[in-house]
Amino acid sequence: MKFSIMVNEGPYTHQASDSAYHFTEAALRAGHQIVRVFFYHDGVNNGTRLSVPPQDDRNVCDRWSQLAQQHQLELILCVAAAQRRGMLDADEAKRAGKDSNNIAPGFEISGLGQLIDAGIQADRTIVFGD
Amino acid sequence: MATKKFLYINRKPPHGSIYALESLEVVLIGAAFEQAVTLAFIDDGVYQLLQNQDSSAIGTKNFAPTYRALGDYDVNRIYVERESLELRGLVKEDLMPLTWEDEDDDWAEKDSIHVVGSAELAEIIEQQDVILNF
Repeated sequence: MKFSIMVNEGPYTHQASDSAYHFTEAALRAGHQIVRVFFYHDGVNNGTRLSVPPQDDRNVCDRWSQLAQQHQLELILCVAAAQRRGMLDADEAKRAGKDSNNIAPGFEISGLGQLIDAGIQADRTIVFGD
Repeated sequence: MATKKFLYINRKPPHGSIYALESLEVVLIGAAFEQAVTLAFIDDGVYQLLQNQDSSAIGTKNFAPTYRALGDYDVNRIYVERESLELRGLVKEDLMPLTWEDEDDDWAEKDSIHVVGSAELAEIIEQQDVILNF
């Protein structure tokens, strides 16, 4: 089955990103296809490469990057939500005149159209929120 | 492109969190994809459609007028749960009028908002292909 995943909360404060990760990982392991993982609202904060959690805890952000690398997974951060929250790739940072960027490997910034398109393509769209 | 039935469920008040505003942004962008779009307002989400909103005292953006553009985007199936209104002491007249023009009926202006009971709303939810919760 083809799944699309939407993640609406950031790392650590809510369990949504953990649950979405476990679902995505299990679905891939079971041979299902993930059309796209779309991060919205505070969910875009999952795409930071600057998160430094304590060593005895899981690394929510790195884990997504690793999964993307292993499975050619599409991880999309909504551009409008990302800009509000200071999530910028090199291009966005340059355009906005900022001195840095913070997007982790495997994540891409794109538009809300990617969410609608994911819903159209998938057999099931699963929303993980608070 | 395949046409699917998209339902956006709004459960949160317009202010206090950004969910309502960012939900509306999805609806407006999504309208360009020419899918069958339906909106539902449940729980505190019914406050999103209140008339005469003024957020100036809390310094947040008053995006309520944007809902009036929905008709122009052919988003005209807007369901508000009756029980959620009643629990909050609200009636339909407390909500902003949202209308659309029916080109198949000589551009007659029609009401986009339908107040429905939870049982009927459950049936509407059942008919959808893609449900996004906000």
